[in-house]
Amino acid sequence: MKRSNAPVYWSLFGAGGMLAALVAPGVVLVLIAGGIGYREIHALATNLIGKAFLFAVASLFLWHAAHRIFHALHDFGIRAGPVAWLLCYGVAIAGTLVSASALFAIGF
Amino acid sequence: MAARRTYTRPMTGWWKRDPFFIRYMAREATAIFVYLYAIVLVAGLSALANGQESFEAWLAMLRSPLGIAFQLVCLAVFAYHTWSWFVIMPKTMPPVVVAGKRVSGGTLTGAGVAAAVLATLVIVALAGLKP
Amino acid sequence: MPDGTAATRTRTIEMQVMRYNPATGNAPYMQSWTIPFTDDMSVLQGLQYIKDNLDGSLTYRWSCRMAICGSCGMMIGGVPHLACETFLRNFLPGPVRVEPLEHFPIERDLVVDATDFFTKFERITPWLVPKDPKPVSEGEYLQTPAQLEEYEQFSHCINCMLCYAACPQYGLNKDFLGPGLTALLHRYNADSRDNAKAERMELVHSEEGVWSCTAVGYCSEVCPKQVDPANAVNRNKTQSAIDWFARFLPGRK
Repeated sequence: MKRSNAPVYWSLFGAGGMLAALVAPGVVLVLIAGGIGYREIHALATNLIGKAFLFAVASLFLWHAAHRIFHALHDFGIRAGPVAWLLCYGVAIAGTLVSASALFAIGF
Repeated sequence: MAARRTYTRPMTGWWKRDPFFIRYMAREATAIFVYLYAIVLVAGLSALANGQESFEAWLAMLRSPLGIAFQLVCLAVFAYHTWSWFVIMPKTMPPVVVAGKRVSGGTLTGAGVAAAVLATLVIVALAGLKP
Repeated sequence: MPDGTAATRTRTIEMQVMRYNPATGNAPYMQSWTIPFTDDMSVLQGLQYIKDNLDGSLTYRWSCRMAICGSCGMMIGGVPHLACETFLRNFLPGPVRVEPLEHFPIERDLVVDATDFFTKFERITPWLVPKDPKPVSEGEYLQTPAQLEEYEQFSHCINCMLCYAACPQYGLNKDFLGPGLTALLHRYNADSRDNAKAERMELVHSEEGVWSCTAVGYCSEVCPKQVDPANAVNRNKTQSAIDWFARFLPGRK
């Protein structure tokens, strides 16, 4: 019997879901509060740990959402084909690459 | 003996049949907002890489009435994500035994939600301590 | 059954039951009867009253009347239940809506075609393959209470299929092994006396194994024996995922 490769996507889904469950409300609150500006975010993004955090949030949130949305299509009876795959996982890949390059470009 | 002729019922609208399924669909739907919010964050990182002016334009967009409304909806949706995530989490784990007793799923959920509350406080506090 | 004394009025309740006659091939339809009932009457007893007194053609499965044989699973008020342990009084003022178990083809009235479940049953190696086989003369395979605890809950499954009626992923995709059989599979894997885990895990690791599950969790809600099939499936997801990556580690097959 063919072994499924779902674990790869599911692990990313799980990591993103756990991260979102823990930090998403906090991140939203901080950005709504408005006390944070360019100086603070730039400082965070030039810090190695800060970079890791920002990258994890941006990328893993997308991998989590992509997996859940893709499988929810099946729940709605929609046949998830290549277009759906691109809109879900494709965007997650793109977002991961854009975040990585942006954080790299920001430097230290 | 009469011939067999089984009847198969359709699955259309299955999730509307029971409140349990509606809650499940709501849980899955939280992903739409995680997706959109993450795209906004990626746009923000991109803007940050393009410099102060670009980033402040992104911040201004967040602070627009539509931006605030979107973030408030996200806040509510993410709170539901946190809750529903820790409700289902115990199902993915083998039994957790503490002091010879099996920890109930409800306790594990509570622990998860408590961790999320703590993480929220830490994030808000750290943001308050500006460099 | 109805109280005969003049001092008390007989209480009645309406039962709406799905009928289907394969000979006609017409779509299923609801038929309604109003029956006398007492507080201690189960839905099964209600059906039996109908069959005994009002319509002998009403067809349904039942046996033990005490929630252990797993025969009388049906949708009651839209929720999978065992009819023998579901009480008419809980649906007052009525009507009580009774339909065949969801996600299974209907044979006749409340009887469903359970072939898929039993065919899949054979695929999970549902017996102990001894780790250290020994003859009967050498005595039993011993097990500590802690070892029993590892699998006992999953051994309580009575094959009633309520979890399959609850599971929308099974409803949407009949290839899915499903909750109950994964729980039974896990029962054997988790048994210290067993040695057939590797072959069972092949099924677990496949798309039709645990990876068709989206953690809806309704299966565990409806299980009459608190087997918690959602746990059996989802902890095997965790295990399957760990295994997917760990197999590349040196020293692993």
